[in-house]
Amino acid sequence: MKRAHTDREYEGQLEELRERLLRMAGVVEQMIVDAVRAALHQDRELAQATLERDTTVNRLEVESDELCLIILAKRQPLASDLRFVTLSLKMVTDLERIGDLAVNICERAIDLAGHPQPWPWDGVEAMGRVVRAMIRDAIQAFVDRDVDKAQSVCERDAEVDKLYWQVFRTALDLMRKQPNSVHDGIHVQSIAKFLERMGDHSTNLAEQVVFMIKGKDIRHTGRTGD
Amino acid sequence: MTSVGSTALTSSLPPPLATEAKLSIEGVRAWFGSLEVLHGIDMPIADRSVTAIIGPSGCGKSTLIRSVNRMHELTDGARLEGKITLDGIDVYGRDVDPVLLRRRVGMVFQKPNPFPSMSVRDNVLSGLRLTGGLSAVRPDEIVEKALRDAALWDEVKDRLDKPGIGLSGGQQQRLCIARSLAVSPEVLLMDEPCSALDPIATSRIEDLIHSLKETYTIAIVTHNMQQAARVSDYTAFLLGGELVEFSETNRLFTSPRDSRTEDYITGKFG
Repeated sequence: MKRAHTDREYEGQLEELRERLLRMAGVVEQMIVDAVRAALHQDRELAQATLERDTTVNRLEVESDELCLIILAKRQPLASDLRFVTLSLKMVTDLERIGDLAVNICERAIDLAGHPQPWPWDGVEAMGRVVRAMIRDAIQAFVDRDVDKAQSVCERDAEVDKLYWQVFRTALDLMRKQPNSVHDGIHVQSIAKFLERMGDHSTNLAEQVVFMIKGKDIRHTGRTGD
Repeated sequence: MTSVGSTALTSSLPPPLATEAKLSIEGVRAWFGSLEVLHGIDMPIADRSVTAIIGPSGCGKSTLIRSVNRMHELTDGARLEGKITLDGIDVYGRDVDPVLLRRRVGMVFQKPNPFPSMSVRDNVLSGLRLTGGLSAVRPDEIVEKALRDAALWDEVKDRLDKPGIGLSGGQQQRLCIARSLAVSPEVLLMDEPCSALDPIATSRIEDLIHSLKETYTIAIVTHNMQQAARVSDYTAFLLGGELVEFSETNRLFTSPRDSRTEDYITGKFG
């Protein structure tokens, strides 16, 4: 069993930070699901409602950052506590960026609604599915302190990249055949790009979780010029 | 010059030291009467670096550094086994004079302890007088150099003949450091040197430690983990008279290897 801190107020602060992160991750995960669904089903209302949830994500980001600063200033955490708090500062940034990307998808979905839809939505849907699972697993790995699960998230980023290029090329071919669809086609490519960026942020989250658990930085392995 | 610490450790391999080991502590066990307080400590103390020794009360930190300059043996019933070498020479060797050893290995204590009846100048020179080293040198130069090295000269240069006890707590502690430096030691042992000082005086001592390590080898016992993290290059964590972990300070305070170290420095102890 993991030992608790002798100072219960400190233990409570760390637990509160963890809960805020999980709450934020939950909101962001649902935003992805709804943003992709809104695009697929040309659902303006869902897109608008999803877009408005970004204020919740922003508020949770600010509140989590504040709590991190209070803990750093008042507790001077060390070792795994220090890694957890600094990781939290980074995690909220990645989660907030993912929320922004979901907003970007909703904006494109609203603009696309009611237009002809020859686009490779299957690929977009698949991207949304993988990215959502990546975020969910990264957060679950964080909760369970599961290094293997976190590492599996990093490995799945290649799948997202592959799907992105498939959607990109298919949309490009369609635009070549139907030049008057370029405006919509670029929107679809953008949606795919936003999902691909979400995959990158999910990978960041997972890498940070590995660092929190093992104290080992796996980012940019072999690409830091060392 | 890079070398590798040669001593084995309790829980992990020692980190490579950035400098030679000035002191080597090998299999040191210590007793007060029948009570064994150190159970076989192996660790190096790197030359011209700061090594912090941390651990809960009663873990043997002070005993360990008092063993290095043979102050442990001054306590009735105290006993020690094992080997401590200074530049390769066994400090417990038959030919070693403890008084001369303590000139090479100075000590600063928890509570500033200037001699109350002595002036600032005489306090600085007291160590030299006691060890008979004052005859061949010019005292004023020694006083100025020691006080400058202890970052105290500018504050006391006009009151050298006033009682040392009249200085503030932080100044008194720096006076004690000057007193230790006046005998030209190579190693400075500090036993919780800031625990009786306010944060400003503590910062001055920590700043001083940073500059002193260019010339001296320093081992500091501290209860303040943030202080250990701030001032030291290497940190040893002792628990119940055993060395749990010895590591580079940056490593030990961010990713300790041993779960007992982790629990202690994150406040999950006891």
